[in-house]
Amino acid sequence: MSEIEKAYSGGLATNVERPISDPGIEPHRLRMTDKDEGAAKTAERVIASLFLLSIVGAIVAVWGFFAFPITDGDLAATRNGALWMGIGMALSLFGIGFGAVHWAKSLMPDHEVSEERHLARSSDEVRAQAIEIIKLADGESGFTRRKLIRRTMYGALAFFPIPAVVIFGDLGPTVGDTLKRTMWRAGTRLTKDPTGIPIKAADVTIGSVFHVIPEGLKDLDHEVKLNEKAKAAVLLVRVNPEDLKEDPAKASWSYDGIVAYSKICTHVGCPVALYEQHTHHLLCPCHQSTFDLADHCKVVFGPAARPLPQLPIAVDAEGYLVAQSDFLEPVGPTFWDIRND
Amino acid sequence: MEKQLNNEKPMRRRPWAAGFVIFLGLILSGGGYAAATSTVETELSGPEQVEEGRKLFLANCATCHGSNGEGAIGGPSLIGVGAASVDFQVGTGRMPGQASGPQLHKKPVQFTDEQIAAMAAYVASLAPGPAIPAEEYLKGDGDVAHGGELFRINCAMCHNAVGAAGALTEGKWAPVLDGVSEKHIYEAMLTGPQNMPVFNDANLTPEDKKDIISYLKYVENNPSVGGFELGSIGPVAEGLFAWIFGLGFIIAITVWLGAKAN
Repeated sequence: MSEIEKAYSGGLATNVERPISDPGIEPHRLRMTDKDEGAAKTAERVIASLFLLSIVGAIVAVWGFFAFPITDGDLAATRNGALWMGIGMALSLFGIGFGAVHWAKSLMPDHEVSEERHLARSSDEVRAQAIEIIKLADGESGFTRRKLIRRTMYGALAFFPIPAVVIFGDLGPTVGDTLKRTMWRAGTRLTKDPTGIPIKAADVTIGSVFHVIPEGLKDLDHEVKLNEKAKAAVLLVRVNPEDLKEDPAKASWSYDGIVAYSKICTHVGCPVALYEQHTHHLLCPCHQSTFDLADHCKVVFGPAARPLPQLPIAVDAEGYLVAQSDFLEPVGPTFWDIRND
Repeated sequence: MEKQLNNEKPMRRRPWAAGFVIFLGLILSGGGYAAATSTVETELSGPEQVEEGRKLFLANCATCHGSNGEGAIGGPSLIGVGAASVDFQVGTGRMPGQASGPQLHKKPVQFTDEQIAAMAAYVASLAPGPAIPAEEYLKGDGDVAHGGELFRINCAMCHNAVGAAGALTEGKWAPVLDGVSEKHIYEAMLTGPQNMPVFNDANLTPEDKKDIISYLKYVENNPSVGGFELGSIGPVAEGLFAWIFGLGFIIAITVWLGAKAN
């Protein structure tokens, strides 16, 4: 037992010399390619074939690129081009990889080698030397001795990152009330998605579903439009007025069985638009939250925590459906300071 | 001579003779019946067609829908549903319904085109309702891009982006649209069968419906750009493929890399 091993074996109740014997390196096993020159030749040919296959693959990829050019109106050409280029490039890469590995495994030397593992700990002399250097540097710089310098330096290092924190805190505009407001205003007409054609109450027959955007949304700039549509999208449905279970306080929000609800799920914001005409169920395709449209979109199943917000609607002088106001609660996923009233 | 007769039985006494006679009898009676009944199915129109439809209705539909189509236990009123509704429900085999359940299944069609037309004419005579669409909207030669946009807004949430079907609540589903005839797609939009909502002509104009049909037919008749569609049902099929074949391939390579050559 060496000195080092003795130093690390303290605490053992029994002092057994090598409780598990070192099995040593397992006996070397000759490969077919080592024993038989014919097998070695075969392996050589296989490896060469794999490299040749790689060359063929590269040629196939180039052929696929030229044989199936992207042509307007012919989607099949795009598909075939991508297919052959993909197959060719895959063959090319796998040919090199398989060839190299097969070469290494079958023909290159495979004698077993063991390497000794060294201790990570430095010798006592080196450790003592390092401590000496640190002490010398401390004495010469006066780091421990000159307290004023040391403490002001700590202070400077603590204050240095503060400007970055202040600057990063001011990146971009604050959210403001954008989570609580949408494009809907009193008198905004309900229009069809994507055409922007206003909808007359008489057009919405029982069992109909209209996918609705606010009037004017269509003409906004693309990015603004998408942001607004993500909040203002509405599903408009007419059900038999007898089937509606309306809260008297919200009875004026619908018009003769026509109701409008936010299409943005209150769970994580997927568009809820899978409407079943006879059950009045609205299903969210992402996590199967189910809302009862006839009962103020109460959650009847799934992970959503609150009903879909209802858009109060009315009919203007020309018979078109208009919003009475914006949504009276935030649409979309519930967030941390949402008011639940 | 006597011995020879004993050895060779007459044809009518051979073992297969009875089977042959039964087979012949069935062919004759079945064929005769078909010939006799096919003469009854002549082109009818106007009041005669409505009367023919009424008889068919009383025999096949009235149990659930009432003897005047007013609805009864198990079946809704058919007053005002129009010819399009009958043509869709009977023409796709959904009606007459086989068993009650979350949703009626598509089955082999139970009636001839003439009989369906007669029943449609009868139901249309009860009250005005959506008519069977005109041929010009069913050619599939509309604006495919616009149809695709309308489909994604109005239909894809239930039927999948290329009409590959989707699940709804409590055992219901939105059926596959691949292979459905242009006329039946149009009628489904117009009438809203079962739990499908109605898309009337104010919502989707006949031109819009034509574009949607064109989109569906385009998807049906053109190959997928991405290669194997795996049913077009998205992450489930694709994930299964990636996990089994992709990961399986990687594991196989890893095992091969670690194995010693022999």
